[in-house]
Amino acid sequence: MVTVRRSTVIDAPIAAVWEILRDFNGHDQWHPAVERSELDGGLKTDQLAAVRNFVLTGGERLREKLLMLSDKDHCFRYAIVESEIPLMNYVAEVSLKPVTDGDKTFWSWSSQFETPQGQENELEEIVAQGVYEAGFEAVRSMLEQPSVPRSSSVFQPATGSGVDGMAMFIDRYGGPDELHAHAVTAPPPGPDQVRLRQTAIGVNFIDIYCRTGYFDLLKPPGTLGMEAAGVVIDVGQGVRHLSPGQRVAYACPPVGAYVSVRTMEAALIVPLPDQIDDETAAAGLLKGMSAEFLLHRVHQIQAGETVLIYAPAGGVGRILCRWANHLGAIVIGATSSEEKARAARAAGAHHVVLPGAVSLEDQVRSLTQGRGVDVIYDAVGKDSFAHSVAALAPCGHLISFGQASGDVGSWDIGSLAASSATISRPNFGHYTDTSEKVAAITARLFDAIERRIVSIEIGKRYSLSDAAAAHRALEGRQTMASTLLIPDD
Amino acid sequence: MTKVYASSVIGAAAGQVWAAVRDFNGLPDWHPAIAESRIEGGAAADQVGCVRAFSLKDGGFIREQLLGLSDYDYSCTYAILESPMGVDNYIATLKLTPVTDGERTFAEWSAEFDCLPERVTELTALIGGGVFQGGFDALKGRFGS
Repeated sequence: MVTVRRSTVIDAPIAAVWEILRDFNGHDQWHPAVERSELDGGLKTDQLAAVRNFVLTGGERLREKLLMLSDKDHCFRYAIVESEIPLMNYVAEVSLKPVTDGDKTFWSWSSQFETPQGQENELEEIVAQGVYEAGFEAVRSMLEQPSVPRSSSVFQPATGSGVDGMAMFIDRYGGPDELHAHAVTAPPPGPDQVRLRQTAIGVNFIDIYCRTGYFDLLKPPGTLGMEAAGVVIDVGQGVRHLSPGQRVAYACPPVGAYVSVRTMEAALIVPLPDQIDDETAAAGLLKGMSAEFLLHRVHQIQAGETVLIYAPAGGVGRILCRWANHLGAIVIGATSSEEKARAARAAGAHHVVLPGAVSLEDQVRSLTQGRGVDVIYDAVGKDSFAHSVAALAPCGHLISFGQASGDVGSWDIGSLAASSATISRPNFGHYTDTSEKVAAITARLFDAIERRIVSIEIGKRYSLSDAAAAHRALEGRQTMASTLLIPDD
Repeated sequence: MTKVYASSVIGAAAGQVWAAVRDFNGLPDWHPAIAESRIEGGAAADQVGCVRAFSLKDGGFIREQLLGLSDYDYSCTYAILESPMGVDNYIATLKLTPVTDGERTFAEWSAEFDCLPERVTELTALIGGGVFQGGFDALKGRFGS
């Protein structure tokens, strides 16, 4: 059983508020979620057992029956008798009370209902925010500005004008100087879309690959960027998991995150819990989601496994070290300098191997009693792949998830028989292409951040218009922690 | 039967306001009209049925019995056993309700009682104004409005 209780204070006399609410068949006149309301034939709007037929602005239909109406108590109760939204045994109460020391009105709206298992939170949010709080705001704006007919809506497809903003464009592939500012307008969201005012944008190496043309995710002219956090301005028809004012983040294609306002598909955008601030989300979502599916889905790390992690001082590397350590793995970091070795140890690597007279595979074997490692996370590519294959324990799993030093090249599959190796080449997109996958990955990631298993470190912040400087720093390998772009306001 | 109802909005979370008003022996800590208070017979102040005996700053002496107390509903109901006001069958309830869209509390204080017909206006003003609104004003002064 879900109980929802919301309340507010309206700066108007109780009679004025009651006049609006009392008409059981008149909620389409003021509630932004209700497109149309019609009574079943035969009964009046204030007659008990009257049934109103709602068509919501999202298109759903439902029927609600009046159970009780009291002009003395300024109160009515109603139940859903049929609904395309799965709210079962739903009984709600609207009640007004006078605030006697100021001629205001206390308005309480509450309900109890059941939902299909697993949908409790989602439906609670729709009821609490999409219905009750949206209703509060609509009535508030009617009574405070009587000439304005309706407030903007939660479910209603936003109409009207675009929101102006600024984007960083490239007109052709090339160096950081190709990035230039350009005024843009984010159009109202269409069906299944959302419009965001972005507050922080993550800068990732993939952005540089897109800028240079190494990846063809962007065909110039266009805007770079895969990751950002912000606040929902409005949502289009059919969007159920987001509402205006909500803090959200995303790490997904299509590219186009280097922008202050953006209209995009809503499916892969996630609501942020209170504990995760916008900058943490923009700095850590792409890296953290990558680490989640690498450690939990591509391979499921077990306690006691030995794991070799390249670039353990880098953004994804540090998260991998910390999280693998927490999962009980024995973590070996492979890096290039004493400074990075210290960072790797601080992130949870039990051992670190550095380049030297002895090959990486021999160092790894001497740390593992000659056995080799069970799992390898290798995003170096060309320079590391042969060493990785040689460092695997029997039946080991080599996960190649990047090629910072260049392409891995062609390999004779027969050579993998030396360790009965399994090779994976995961692609971020395949693990994060549905809202269900994103919800599962981010749920575990946010939990890990809240429990401090994973920490997202923010390095330097640049203003969005200074994106070229951020790219130079990242390409110059001057960064240790995540780089952010902050929209100029 | 005369009814008095007063309500207000106080600028703090209901739990916080409740912590200040819950103590049945604590009126002198927050209500400006009350001088001192004690619980008779050594009972706990949250024992339903206990009696508080308190004196007003203007010298009056009142005994009230706790009839109901709910931390769940943030409500307290009590009856006057003895007072100089000239009321009979006086039962009052102080109740707090959270306002969910902000750190605010909707506070209601109501009473029902019998009295001589010619005193209804005077007593309604005294109880609704001096007692209830006086208490709300003190809480708003402390927590904001």
